[in-house]
Amino acid sequence: MSNSCGACVSLCGGKGKATFHDGIWKNNPIAVQVLGICSALAVTNRLANALVMGLALIFVCMGSNLIVSSLRKAIPHRIRMIAEVVIIATFVIVFDQILKAFYWDMSKQLGPYVGLIITNCIPMGRAEAFALQNGPSLSLLDGFANGLGYAAVLAVIGFIRELLGTGAILGHQVLSAEWYTPNQVMILAPGAFLVLGFLIALSQAIKAPVQEVKK
Amino acid sequence: MNETPALLILVAAIFINNILLSNFLGMCSFLVCSRQIGTAIGLGAAVIFVTTSTTILNYFVYHGLLVPSKEMFGIDLTFLTFVVFIAVIAAFVQFVEMFVERFSPKLYYALGIFLPLITVNCAIFGAALFIVIRQYSLFQSAGFALGAGTGWALAIVLMAGLRQKMGYSNVPKSFQGIAIVMIITGVIAMTFMGFAGMISIQ
Repeated sequence: MSNSCGACVSLCGGKGKATFHDGIWKNNPIAVQVLGICSALAVTNRLANALVMGLALIFVCMGSNLIVSSLRKAIPHRIRMIAEVVIIATFVIVFDQILKAFYWDMSKQLGPYVGLIITNCIPMGRAEAFALQNGPSLSLLDGFANGLGYAAVLAVIGFIRELLGTGAILGHQVLSAEWYTPNQVMILAPGAFLVLGFLIALSQAIKAPVQEVKK
Repeated sequence: MNETPALLILVAAIFINNILLSNFLGMCSFLVCSRQIGTAIGLGAAVIFVTTSTTILNYFVYHGLLVPSKEMFGIDLTFLTFVVFIAVIAAFVQFVEMFVERFSPKLYYALGIFLPLITVNCAIFGAALFIVIRQYSLFQSAGFALGAGTGWALAIVLMAGLRQKMGYSNVPKSFQGIAIVMIITGVIAMTFMGFAGMISIQ
C-alpha cells in the first residue's frame, strides 16, 4: 500500500516528469540511444504504417515494463533475460493477433516487422535498464514515454517520406502532381537512411548549445 | 509455394534484397560494431554461421512441430511462432557459446561479446520470419539464410572500411557519430539499388 502511494507521489513530483522527459526527448530511444532502428526505417514509407507501428511499441513497452517490474523480485537474476524476452513476446503476439483479426491489410503491409518488435531493443532495454530497478507505476510511465518517443520519431520520418515520396499524406494528395514530381527514392530503402541521418543531425544541432551552457 | 531456384535466392539475398540495406534488419549491431574492419569481419562471420544454422533449425521446428500441431495435439500452435523462434535462436547461441568456450578459448575471447549480441540481432530472427511469410522450401530457406547472413556481413565490412577512412575527414559537428553513418548507409543502399534490375524476385 505504502509502496503504491510512494509511487504516486513520485509520479506527480519530479521523478515522473523527469522519466517522461527522458523518454521523449533527452534520451529518445531512436535519436539518442540509437535503438530500434530496424523497424523505424522499414515501416515508415507511409505515415499510416508508422503510426500503427508506434502504437504497437507503446503497447508492448507499457505491458512488458509493467509485468517485468511487478515480477522483478520474483525473477531470478540469472534467467532474467529469457524471462524478459518471453514477457515481451507475449505482448507482441497479442498485438499481432489483434492486428491480424481486425486489420488484415495493415498486418500484411507491416509483414515481419511486428514480430520483430521482440528483437527491437527498446522494450528489452527498458525492461533491463528501468523496470528491474523501479516500481510498477513508474515503469508503466517509462514504457509509455519511451514508446511515445519512438512513435513520435516514426511519425516524423513517415510524414517526410510519404510527403516527398508520393506527394501525399495518409493517402490524400497534398502536393499537386502538376508541379511536384514524386521522388521515388524516398519510398525506397536509401530514403529512409537519409531522412533518419538528417533528423539525428538536426536533433544534435538543437541539443548542442544547451549542453555547452550547462558546462 | 514459389519455384525460384535456391541459388538464385542466395544471390538475390546478398545483392538485391540485402537484409540490411533493403530490409533494415540488424541495424543496431551494424551501427555499433562497424568501427573496425577486424571486429566487423568477426561479427560478420558469426552472423553468417548463426543465421544459416538457426534458420534451418527453425524451418524444421515450424514445419515439423508448429504446422502439424493441429493434428498432433488438437490445437493450432502457429501463433506461438515468435516465441518458439526466439527460443530456438537463444538456445542455439547459448549452445555455440558453451561449445566454443570449451574447445577454443581463444576464439571465445575474440568473439566474446558478439555471441550474446547475436541473439538480439534482428537479421537472424527476421530471416526466420521471412522464410515463413514467403513459404520457402527447405533448400530455398537454406539459400536465403546463407545469402542473408553473407549480405549482412558484406554490408558491415564495407561500412567498417568506410568508417576507418572517415577518421581522416572533417565531418560537421552535428553530423558526427550516428548521423553521418546513417547517411553513408543510405548512399551504400543507393549503390546496391543498381543491382535491382538484374533479377526480380520475392
